[in-house]
Amino acid sequence: MIRSTKDFWTGLIYLFFGVSAILIARDYSMGTGGKMGPAYFPSILGGLLVVIGAISVIRSFIAHGAPIGTFAFKGLALVSVSVLMFGIVVRGAGLAVALPLLVIISALASSRFRWRPTLIMAAGLTIFCVLVFIKGLGIPLPIIGPWFGG
Amino acid sequence: MELLGHLLLGLQTAATPANLFYCFVGVFLGTAIGVLPGLGPTATIAMLLPVTFVLPPVTALIMLAGIYYGSQYGGSTTSILVNLPGEAASVVTTLDGYQMAKQGRAGAALAASAIGSFFAGTVATFLIAGFGPPLAAVALKFGPAEFFSLMVLGLVASVVLAQGSLLHAIGMVVLGLLLGLIGTDVNSGTQRFTFGIYELADGIGFVTVAMGMFGLGEIIRNLENEEERSVMVTKITGLWPTREDFKRMVAPILRGTIIGSALGILPGSGSILGSFAAYSIEKKVSKNRAQFGKGAIEGVAAPESANNAGAQTSFIPLLTLGIPSNPVSALMVGAMIIHGIQPGPSVINEQPSLFWGMIVSMWIGNLFLVVLNYPLIGMWVRMIMIPYQLLYPGILVFCAIGVFSLKNAEADIYFMALFGVLGYVFSKLGCEPAPMLLAFILGPLMEEYLRRAMLLSRGDPTVFLRRPISATLLALAVLAMCTVLIPAFSKTREEAFVESST
Repeated sequence: MIRSTKDFWTGLIYLFFGVSAILIARDYSMGTGGKMGPAYFPSILGGLLVVIGAISVIRSFIAHGAPIGTFAFKGLALVSVSVLMFGIVVRGAGLAVALPLLVIISALASSRFRWRPTLIMAAGLTIFCVLVFIKGLGIPLPIIGPWFGG
Repeated sequence: MELLGHLLLGLQTAATPANLFYCFVGVFLGTAIGVLPGLGPTATIAMLLPVTFVLPPVTALIMLAGIYYGSQYGGSTTSILVNLPGEAASVVTTLDGYQMAKQGRAGAALAASAIGSFFAGTVATFLIAGFGPPLAAVALKFGPAEFFSLMVLGLVASVVLAQGSLLHAIGMVVLGLLLGLIGTDVNSGTQRFTFGIYELADGIGFVTVAMGMFGLGEIIRNLENEEERSVMVTKITGLWPTREDFKRMVAPILRGTIIGSALGILPGSGSILGSFAAYSIEKKVSKNRAQFGKGAIEGVAAPESANNAGAQTSFIPLLTLGIPSNPVSALMVGAMIIHGIQPGPSVINEQPSLFWGMIVSMWIGNLFLVVLNYPLIGMWVRMIMIPYQLLYPGILVFCAIGVFSLKNAEADIYFMALFGVLGYVFSKLGCEPAPMLLAFILGPLMEEYLRRAMLLSRGDPTVFLRRPISATLLALAVLAMCTVLIPAFSKTREEAFVESST
């Protein structure tokens, strides 16, 4: 019976990272204490993380803890997807397309979302960023990308 | 006299028109972004960091420092006006500051905060100038074993001062160290944990991690429950405190400055503990303690002074030892490395104009803060009123473009999104991201020092205990860890965080 879901899941995350670190580091040379190879320090850290993760999981069955609470799935999904989308399309479609896309998709996460202010915001930000980042700071991004003949 | 000579050198560096200008820009942008909801100093600095890469190192660091205390001051402004602290250190300011605003004394509260901060900043500047050189001289004698132990102490301190479970704070530190090792190993050239991804060969940039965990993670958290922000006062009158206010402010400002400075120097602490400690001490010793929580000006002046003093003195370990004590100074370390400066005790001797210029610029920056406060308060109020649903897409835009501009690589945008998700998940699980970011930056350095120390000792790990300074530092780390396990302290630690989170 899990009494503390926080401890349980955190422990699992630590275990995952710790075990992966140790397994992956097996491909690198270990070296010796006096001449440490690339695997030495990560293996120590991985081992520590496994211990901490194990304690946390064991503790989750013994001690009670606060529940995790509501998880903002909608916000989590829309915010991360909007940012990923921006990265994927920005070179091909250009900033003038990618940026409004980022603004609109992420804005949908809010319960107070309304089209009009969001579109005005997107337009204003696009003009501002094109002027400041592309014209001003010279960041190598197209305004209109090759996908749209830019 | 030597001190004056140093400060004069600093003044010459800091007072060039370009440096003054960027100091001003830093303070201005820092305050402007600091008053925006949901953006603390760490996210603000991470967002603006790429902008400073085009500047020469001294100017860039001056601007970054300006952004830091600007954003902190901006956080105090929102604490007072809308009861929303921009960051943890200004949480206690809401207790009395917001009450004062409700009573129509927002102006006096803002002034108390500004004057207290300025005084504390001035004192802390002299403290850095006084303590910096001797500390750096000691640190020059440090070998790799000492530096390794020092980093252990710094990380332990950040764990002790983290909110929530001790076990998870340690876990976050170890995870941070591990993630910091991603990339090419400097000694052997082996690519570690890169999964064959070309963009990972240089490791993940700390700005990417900071923006993800502190910027994106925070936005997702804020979307959980969107609260209405109502500004208490739209028109602020009586910005100048009365004579009576001044009298009541003096002692709390002095006490706050002392407490904040002392706690700020400790590795790992930063300014959070200082502002809380100053408030609770003031609550005990003040003549007007009955008024606390109902709008006592002492309750604003003391934590605000402590907050700023701590923010400044936390630069002492950073500039002399090269050890960051909080996420913000961790970002500064990263910025220095990008500019080709290895932070540590040698900076003070090899780059005196950088060191002293930065210190003097802090004082100038604090002056700017006071001056900015007066004419621009109306503008800050208007910025506070920007509805969050319009604000956060804009923050995302700046984060995405900013992180792209670091290396002109889309991969960094993806990593940022990943760390945003990770940051949110961890915060839901009650694990603080701050110790992780600190460890992330220290990871590669720590491995390097460990390797060198072990090489010199021919693989004998007892070297860390046989060298007196190293042993002392480790003993301090153990002691710090033990204090958490002592019931009395852990109780106050919990209470401190409970009170500050309500």
